[in-house]
Amino acid sequence: MSAPESLFDKLWNSHQVKAQSESTPAIIYIDLHLVHEVTSPQGFDLLREKGIGVRRPGRTLATLDHSTPTLPADSNGERPYYTPQAKRQVQTLRDNCREFGIELHDWDSPYRGIVHVMGPELGATQPGMTIVCGDSHTSTHGAFGSLAFGIGTTEVGHVLAKQCLLQNKPKSMRINVNGKLPDGVTAKDLALNIIRYLGMNGGTGFVIEYAGEAVRSLDMEGRMTLCNLTIEAGARAGMIAPDETTINYLRGRARVPKGEEFGQAAAKWLQLASDPGAIYDSEVTLEASAMRPAITYGTDPGMSVDIGEPVPLAQSVSHEKALHYMGFEGGQQMSERRVDVVFIGSCTNGRLSDLRAAADVIRGRSVASHVRMLVVPGSESVRRQAESEGLHETFSAAGAEWRLPGCSMCLAMNGDLVAPGETAVSTSNRNFEGRQGSGSRTLLASPQTAAASAVMGRVAGLSDLESLEVNR
Amino acid sequence: MKAITKLTGPVLVLEQENIDTDQIIPARFLTATDFDGIGDHLFADWRLDSNGEPKPGHVLNEPRAPHSPILVAGHNFGCGSSREHAPHALLGFGFRVVISSQIADIFKSNSQNVGLLPVVLEADQHATLMQMDGEEITVDLEQCKVIVRTADGIEHHWQFSIDPFARHCLLRGLDRFEFLNQAEDAIVAYEENR
Repeated sequence: MSAPESLFDKLWNSHQVKAQSESTPAIIYIDLHLVHEVTSPQGFDLLREKGIGVRRPGRTLATLDHSTPTLPADSNGERPYYTPQAKRQVQTLRDNCREFGIELHDWDSPYRGIVHVMGPELGATQPGMTIVCGDSHTSTHGAFGSLAFGIGTTEVGHVLAKQCLLQNKPKSMRINVNGKLPDGVTAKDLALNIIRYLGMNGGTGFVIEYAGEAVRSLDMEGRMTLCNLTIEAGARAGMIAPDETTINYLRGRARVPKGEEFGQAAAKWLQLASDPGAIYDSEVTLEASAMRPAITYGTDPGMSVDIGEPVPLAQSVSHEKALHYMGFEGGQQMSERRVDVVFIGSCTNGRLSDLRAAADVIRGRSVASHVRMLVVPGSESVRRQAESEGLHETFSAAGAEWRLPGCSMCLAMNGDLVAPGETAVSTSNRNFEGRQGSGSRTLLASPQTAAASAVMGRVAGLSDLESLEVNR
Repeated sequence: MKAITKLTGPVLVLEQENIDTDQIIPARFLTATDFDGIGDHLFADWRLDSNGEPKPGHVLNEPRAPHSPILVAGHNFGCGSSREHAPHALLGFGFRVVISSQIADIFKSNSQNVGLLPVVLEADQHATLMQMDGEEITVDLEQCKVIVRTADGIEHHWQFSIDPFARHCLLRGLDRFEFLNQAEDAIVAYEENR
């Protein structure tokens, strides 16, 4: 009998075009290559330089997300690009997709969205696949039991040209989260707790498989949030074995097989679980019941506390520098911090369930007068569904801005900026110095916490709101 | 890609831990469709004021900085975004080698792909180097050694490990794409047999 294999082993082995040797890396076949405007231009240049085409245009899918404005076009149809260069970058992707025959979800597509929101929505992301993109949050797609990771632009060129990548096999880690998450503790909080435990580099060199009751209990959008944030612990890929939740999400989506074929595909996907006795290089077990809603206070996603806890005392020079940048003193109550901006969106928390959760907090309340709140759906599909439920009206009535889909303020390269010195509570994924604009200060949290902070005008959790209206 | 075999030169030390790629090259400089001139924006928010003028006193603005080919940085260098603009910006500024006690996965492979040599040293060796700002050391990729003369006059030869294929390509300035290209038959066979 063959040795028991982990989910990661199965994915790796089934995609080896050539095995790794002592002197050469493995050649790994890529099933799906997602492309956006920022990291692809130089990759396409490689094709032109070599005089070759895209090897598998059908396995390549492109969208506009990073450089795109979230305010609508003017009456002449002109979009308010932040810079002429941003507009040119978008046009470059359009030209490249036309030249090389790649499906692009452009402004006129009803499915355009952040690459990691759109792929799963279209059913392009499927269990058992290898998926890459020139974007570190490609780990998101591991939620479906795929091996998905971010690559650099040189590698984008490699995949366009050969549909393959040169890779050394990373180490494997399983994180078991036992028990149930308490009410009000979201997938984002779970992820922030895990990153706090591992540290922002604890996953370096590893692929992480998430398992255990608390992970199984998450819906697909929660699983995507968890896998999305895997890179914030330094691991390139995170994955969750497919189950009925996965199958139910995928059924009926545009790119998955139909009818009887779907049943056959689903049966195959359900076999992708790790075998009993599979060996991991590292194994971690955490208790979900002990976890609370979390918020970051520093300049890396590992620096977080439970809502209600004070800012920790500085433990190192780097830690002190982070507190100084953030304008915090060790021991200070987080709830004292006035909030200037609240951002709901991104590939981490820009899906329908995230917008619903934030809307449930906001409904019938007002955003504090000094707070600027931006709600940016992750895709046109999310926007459409949210609007059909009236969520846009809920946000607008409370004083928040309802925008067009895109990465927006997560990395602030489209002009949606947090001003120097301002504090933002953000549902995005990185609180690095200047991430949301030069001098910006970012506190990462769940949509619920972000919405509660918008209402209170300071750092706040759900429990800080006098009463929470549910299911109105 | 420019080959790198053995290099002797002064080090420039950035003490900060967890330097992420947003620091190395902020997102607002990612809208270019090529990497030309990107070195001008290296560490822009650390080095330059809001008018793009050099901030006095920052180590990266010292006249020696562009002539220091070896960057020694705090633990866990290059974490965060996968932007290949980061190693390109370091190369554009004049660095050829980056040394730390841990280097993030994607940044490491991006660096190897574009000709910036990432070197990971043991914590104590790294700690010694962190105190040697401005001093000359040798990085020998042929021998996989960092050669350092400390204040006590002792010459240390620190062995480092690196992926053998990355070393092979960096030593010769080889484009990894050619290796992939030579595997065409295997790729065709894989596609046919799925």
